[in-house]
Amino acid sequence: MASIFEYAPAPESRAVVDIAPSYGLFIDGEFTEAADGQVFKTVSPATEEVLSEVARAGEADVERAVKAARKAFVGWSALPGAERAKYLFRIARIIQERSRELAVLETLDNGKPIRETRDADLPLVAAHFFYYAGWADKLSHAGYGTDPRPLGVAGQVIPWNFPLLMLAWKIAPALATGNTVVLKPAETTPLSALFFADICRQAGLPKGVVNILPGYGDAGAALVAHPDVNKVAFTGSTAVGKQIARTVAGTDKKLTLELGGKGANIVFDDAPVDQAVEGIVTGIFFNQGQVCCAGSRLLVQESVADELIASLKRRLATLRLGDPLDKNTDIGAINSAEQLARITALTEQGEQEGAERWSAPCELPSSGYWFAPTLFTGVTQAHTVARDEIFGPVLSVLTFRTPDEAVAKANNTQYGLSAGIWTEKGSRILAVANKLRAGVVWSNTFNKFDPASPFGGYKESGFGREGGRHGLEAYLDV
Amino acid sequence: MSDNSRLSVFKTYKLFVGGKFPRSESGRVYEVTSKASGAAAPGKGGWLANAPLSSRKDARDAVVAARKAFGPWSGATAYNRGQVLYRVAEMLEGRREQFVREVADAEGLSKSKAGARVDAAVDRWVWYAGWTDKVAQVVGGGNPVAGPFFNLSTPEPTGVVAVLAPQESSFLGLVSVLAPVLATGNTAVVVASERAPLPALSLGEVLATSDVPGGTVNILSGRTKEIAAPLAAHSDVNAIDLTGADEALATELEIAAADNLKRVLRPGAEDWSADPGMRRLTAFLETKTVWHPTGSLGASGSSY
Repeated sequence: MASIFEYAPAPESRAVVDIAPSYGLFIDGEFTEAADGQVFKTVSPATEEVLSEVARAGEADVERAVKAARKAFVGWSALPGAERAKYLFRIARIIQERSRELAVLETLDNGKPIRETRDADLPLVAAHFFYYAGWADKLSHAGYGTDPRPLGVAGQVIPWNFPLLMLAWKIAPALATGNTVVLKPAETTPLSALFFADICRQAGLPKGVVNILPGYGDAGAALVAHPDVNKVAFTGSTAVGKQIARTVAGTDKKLTLELGGKGANIVFDDAPVDQAVEGIVTGIFFNQGQVCCAGSRLLVQESVADELIASLKRRLATLRLGDPLDKNTDIGAINSAEQLARITALTEQGEQEGAERWSAPCELPSSGYWFAPTLFTGVTQAHTVARDEIFGPVLSVLTFRTPDEAVAKANNTQYGLSAGIWTEKGSRILAVANKLRAGVVWSNTFNKFDPASPFGGYKESGFGREGGRHGLEAYLDV
Repeated sequence: MSDNSRLSVFKTYKLFVGGKFPRSESGRVYEVTSKASGAAAPGKGGWLANAPLSSRKDARDAVVAARKAFGPWSGATAYNRGQVLYRVAEMLEGRREQFVREVADAEGLSKSKAGARVDAAVDRWVWYAGWTDKVAQVVGGGNPVAGPFFNLSTPEPTGVVAVLAPQESSFLGLVSVLAPVLATGNTAVVVASERAPLPALSLGEVLATSDVPGGTVNILSGRTKEIAAPLAAHSDVNAIDLTGADEALATELEIAAADNLKRVLRPGAEDWSADPGMRRLTAFLETKTVWHPTGSLGASGSSY
């Protein structure tokens, strides 16, 4: 199959991005070394090449950054909304101007295909700043009272799967509402946040309004626990989210959590097969499945299961895995060796528990972290692969007979972030969407995002919403 | 025996769980006394009643009842829920004298002051009755996304809510924390004021005759700390309102609530006579966003 579709390589040029050999922390408008001089290396997951050496924030740096943000809060929060708006519009424009550079950078540091960073991540990053820029001078009309006030210093911890997009989700509403920010990017993907620091400089943003602290979990924990942080926003695993909820208990810190998921993608017998297959592929293989709202559980109506799975396997065999900078690449590298090990362990457990494994026939590059698109059939609800979030390109297929059974199986999880419904029957979409306990339901589509659209989970997928008017609430004293 | 020496009939106060009035499964009771000087029952020196002292098992039973009731109550139309809440106000109005007496005893108030609080509580049911079919319009809406999609965000109830009723305001405070939970389609397990639980237990009798489906509201009396602990740790409780907890207890319960990431409403300074606003109404809502393609999208979505 693969030989029919041989493509000539179409690599995107690396020349558009200039990565320095080392980077500091960004505190109070300056790049600075960590107080204890610690550094770490960030590598390209596709080649294991060291991209840069980055300062590693510790407790003393968190202290410095929070102090800078507190000092900056006075002026930033007092600024008329229209002025804050203009800063955000500037940032949005600069992101658009530098979008090719940032897309290449993100692909290098994260391992995701350039097709995705160029066509999904970066346009959405700019769109988030544009959207929230427009709110900055209209907060009194947002439905949170006539004079909603900012909270103060926001401590934000973001994951490695969408480094720049998660930064935008956190920073844009925080700044629009008049808060200042200390943000910790993930240790495997610190670079785009540091480039964002440079964008803040170009935009003339006042010093200390945005502070970036690359580092590990210890820096995140110190930030979350800091007594002078008024608002904590976290995107990441449910286990860490619970730890953070315990840390802020009994304080007056406002908390929002965007955590894990085990999204059900439900395909009914009347769904158009080709479109459903595309949606399933988008649902679980977008960003190598490293998506909290991925449709990682496929629920297929029994009568069409064989046909659908056959189509799906045919389609997966055409996905091109390889160099993320190649514009033809569909599946890039797994973000880290650690994540690859986790995916490998969980899939091995799936086999041991008796689910049937099928992986797309593709050659994996000899260096870097790679995992072929994989699906499990014969999965039951008791299987680990149907319960645990794998956070990789692994799809578990279950079947159902009636809509009620589909709903029961879809809801049978501790998570409640996303779900998908595929059917041509409108009343069935509405009835099933109503019964699903999930924060976002995609019908006849999947993995669509937009800054105007609230996103967030039910149950153990966390609380609070990001995006839209709802996203403002997390940063206002209401 | 003269005519005016008739011996009054005391009421046995019971819990309200699953639409029924059980005693505590533990068989325990505790003495509830009057805060009003000299307002006690004759010959009893401040004694008002022996209220049930609920156990952890009672709390778990109440959660089971509330979970069972969640489907029907959250699935009822907003119009229907509004009708039911208004019916509660109607039934309360008819029993006004009973509640005025109980609130006066509980809070040590004059008849007229207690009367004002009961009236405010009745009005609060009316206020929330009117919210049931409006909250989705106020906090939900269509999103103008950049693509050919129909995209709608609607609020939905979060599930079973454990409500620690305020300790001081035995009735107006209680109604102020319970009614918004119900108005938005959640079901409730309420821990009544520890010292003054009688108005809450009597409210159960009103709810039982107000078309509120059994299990939608469950009311427990006893030691707040003892009952709240299993509720905060319970995996089938979706949210907890800590209003009735002191600072130390609230922190302890919030930590326990993190185990299943319950939605937590922290205690704060409250003025129950003030306009309630929407804070409590939105505290236990989730937002669900539904997407659908609106036009021809080629292979990535359905077309018309």
